[in-house]
Amino acid sequence: MTKDVVVEQAGVKPGEAVHEALLARADILAMTQATHDAALLPEDPGGISHAQRAALACRISRRHGDAGLTSHYDVLMRKASATAEVMRVADPAYTGEGRIGALIAYTDLASMVPRDVGADDIEALKAAGIVDADIVRLAELNAFLAYQIRLIAGLKLLRA
Amino acid sequence: MTKVLHAFTTEVPEWRPRVKPVALADATPAQLEALQVTPSNTKVSDYVLVLAHDVETLKVRSPLFNAIMYGRGGLSRAERELGAVGASLVNRCIYCAAVHASRYNQLAKDGAVMEAVFAGDEDARLDERQSAILRFATRLSRAPSEAGLEDVRRLKDAGLSDAEVLDLILSASLFGWANRLMHTLGDPLAGDRTDAGSGQ
Repeated sequence: MTKDVVVEQAGVKPGEAVHEALLARADILAMTQATHDAALLPEDPGGISHAQRAALACRISRRHGDAGLTSHYDVLMRKASATAEVMRVADPAYTGEGRIGALIAYTDLASMVPRDVGADDIEALKAAGIVDADIVRLAELNAFLAYQIRLIAGLKLLRA
Repeated sequence: MTKVLHAFTTEVPEWRPRVKPVALADATPAQLEALQVTPSNTKVSDYVLVLAHDVETLKVRSPLFNAIMYGRGGLSRAERELGAVGASLVNRCIYCAAVHASRYNQLAKDGAVMEAVFAGDEDARLDERQSAILRFATRLSRAPSEAGLEDVRRLKDAGLSDAEVLDLILSASLFGWANRLMHTLGDPLAGDRTDAGSGQ
């Protein structure tokens, strides 16, 4: 098994029953890692930089109480040379203003209570000057994180 | 008719995007490749055309989706659909719930389970295995911390192997992803039934 964020975070070791089950789904693990790279480190990040993506992912992981994943995204954020301003996004207490404030407001709602996201929330992103392609990129980032956090949490339960 | 739906249904609704889909005529070669558009197949749903705005993610997510929902072995396809429906109920994704409840009904050849689930009457109507699957998917979807060891034990007591529990974790988690696209980027509409997308 090659380096894989989900396997690493869940702490799965060779010889465990869960490891055997994962070997049978090695294609899924490889594609999961590919989607991580596409959502966090795309070749064309559009209007949401690698640093902003990592900072938002760090914020989401922290709000879910996943310390290991928070640390993973903190490393990515620093590797992307995030400015002090971008690093503030990783702090759940920071709500920001303008464009970054709009990215944070959508992220807080979509990551924690997606059922409450409505047409108004998408209009708020447009009003903040975020173009349609970036709205989709933001939604994909949030959506990927929701998947990854649950997959890791589920694997930890299965190992226990 | 363009009434936005707010109630769960097994009739697949239309889907109206909240952002402008990519126009096929303007699509880049990378977008066309991810959309798998060929001269003989130029019918692409608005949903997939919306996702084409983030072509790098779309390209890798479609095969991931298929592997999780249709990969051979492990949990039955119907039970993976039950996990998908559990997530969609929590996230109130009317569109995904409709697509995957109707798929469940086709696979299981039984409409009673989804009727009970939509009516919130699952405790009375589901067998222990179905009930354990739905409960786990629901809890993991609400917040990962809500799913506990007791829920996994219940799955194993109901006869699920580690490989089957893994497949359930994957399908429920995948719909944490799908719901955040389908439910936030568009509205489900009542009206003429059309092929509005595959509920991915």
